[in-house]
Amino acid sequence: MLALKLAFKNLLGAGLRTWLNVSVLSFAFVLIIFFNGMIDGWNRQGRKDTIAWETGKGQFWHPEYDRFDPYTIQASNGLMSDEILKETESKRLVPILVVQATAFPQGRSLAVILKGIDPMQTVLELPVSALLSDNGIDYAVIGKRMAESAKLKVGDKLLIRWRDKNGTFDAREIQIAEVFKCDVPGADNGQIYLSLRTLQEMMELKNHATYLVAGEEFEDRELENWVFRDLDFLLEDFNKIISAKKAGGSIMQIFMLLIALIAIFDTQVLSIFRRQKEIGTYIALGMTRAQVVGIFTVEGGAHSILATLLGAVYGIPLFLFLNKVGISFGVGQGMDITLAETIYPYYSIRLIISTILLVVVSATIVSYLPSRKISKMKPTDALKGKLQ
Amino acid sequence: MENHSIIKIENLVKSFPVGKGEFIALDNLSLGFQKGEFAGLVGPSGSGKTTLLNIIGSLDTPSQGKVMVLDKSVSELTNRQSAQLRNKHIGFIFQTFNLLPVYNVFENVEFALLLQKMSATERRKAVMDALEWVGLTEKVKSRPSMLSGGECQRVAIARSMVKRPEIVLADEPTANLDSRNSHNILQTMKNLNRELKTTFIFATHDEKVMQYLDRIISLEDGKVLKDEIVTDPKN
Repeated sequence: MLALKLAFKNLLGAGLRTWLNVSVLSFAFVLIIFFNGMIDGWNRQGRKDTIAWETGKGQFWHPEYDRFDPYTIQASNGLMSDEILKETESKRLVPILVVQATAFPQGRSLAVILKGIDPMQTVLELPVSALLSDNGIDYAVIGKRMAESAKLKVGDKLLIRWRDKNGTFDAREIQIAEVFKCDVPGADNGQIYLSLRTLQEMMELKNHATYLVAGEEFEDRELENWVFRDLDFLLEDFNKIISAKKAGGSIMQIFMLLIALIAIFDTQVLSIFRRQKEIGTYIALGMTRAQVVGIFTVEGGAHSILATLLGAVYGIPLFLFLNKVGISFGVGQGMDITLAETIYPYYSIRLIISTILLVVVSATIVSYLPSRKISKMKPTDALKGKLQ
Repeated sequence: MENHSIIKIENLVKSFPVGKGEFIALDNLSLGFQKGEFAGLVGPSGSGKTTLLNIIGSLDTPSQGKVMVLDKSVSELTNRQSAQLRNKHIGFIFQTFNLLPVYNVFENVEFALLLQKMSATERRKAVMDALEWVGLTEKVKSRPSMLSGGECQRVAIARSMVKRPEIVLADEPTANLDSRNSHNILQTMKNLNRELKTTFIFATHDEKVMQYLDRIISLEDGKVLKDEIVTDPKN
């Protein structure tokens, strides 16, 4: 308590120098929370969107299917068992048939993936009910990215060509029924959604699917002849991007923190040099050297407490505001990663506490390092203030 | 005056390395101080006055010889023990006052007591008593920067006396004061010496201080040149 009381007295007594250090440290503190809050917000939104639009709570893959290997697509589909068909009827599983094809928008050729999906499904947010047709037209639904890259819009007709299960080329004209907007490129880029039944009929693969998307209501269990892929597997790439962004951002944060810590270190060195008489007086009054080291260490560390308080003064309103209105990037559609146009930062208690600990511990360490010099001081020299 | 020896110095040698050689600050010095003495170490600069005070105050250790303070050998004390000795039994008064600038008068005087286990009420009473001795009860909330040199030194005296130590070591306490303030603070110290039987040892070459001393020990080149009892000191 004595050390803390002394520390705050001395710090506040030092005036502008203290507040400069505290300001820089508080800026680093707020920046660390802001940046990590952004990444955490992105992570939460990205995961939520990917689950809602693409992965569900997990997927059952045909054993041959590899989403990164186009050569596996033709052969990676299997017949759905009665058990699976029952689950799909009750909307707990969504079967998806994946087929490679070529589209010819306005005379150009474009490699696309055709995905057959039940128009009545409710597991994914894809607006595929537009695929329902009672007039003989084969409707298709595409995402905004796909629409932009193929220059397609609702009502456009598009010729597609594919090879059926026997390897025979076939072609058909489809009509764009809806263009949806989502933040998950994996559910959009280069993909054309057709009714599952239509695609099965086109491929002569009745009751076949490439993978099955599990909804929240699906009771976890294994399905024979299908391999379960959990969210860790399905979101692996996204998690890697988030980790890479965090690592990249931490360089800037460490740099900011270092500037603040160097300022504290410098202040401590100067303070110990200038306040030799005071140090000698503490010892003459009956303090041990270790106690004096403690006072100076706490004093340096107390910068971090003031920085936390100052950071809270302008950080809390700022974070609350950003949390409410979000931060608009407006570039998500052009990027190949799951990124919403507006990100709502997420500031967890864990993030705030760990950042406070990081700032307090690092400030205390850099304060302790120069303070160790006191333990080697001769009190008689300190009282004269003649140490160099 | 009680005939009770509280400081015994036998064959004390203190040397400091200077370049490749060494400087002998105290040369085979033997002395003793009784409880309640108002004694002064006098002599020119470099005679060893401050060095001797520092060793008595366990801020420094002897190179050779023995220094017993309150029956404790200074050279055998650990850091913690010598800190305790200073905290409980020895008060210091410095030429430059050495007050803590961010503390007010009350807090400066209270500081010495914060290191002891004492309740806030007891501390407050002890501090106010000490400030009353030196006549500064009206300035408890003033910072050192708001005080005159004489007032600062009186705060330093209160700080050294608040814990009622057996010994007060004063290193050139009047060097930064004018004549009137010097007499004032010397009179204050003399009164405290009489009332509380505290032993005062000064390091000085100020004639004004010498007028008040009961005993004058003249040092030169680290040796005792003269050790005389003053029969009629100024009161």
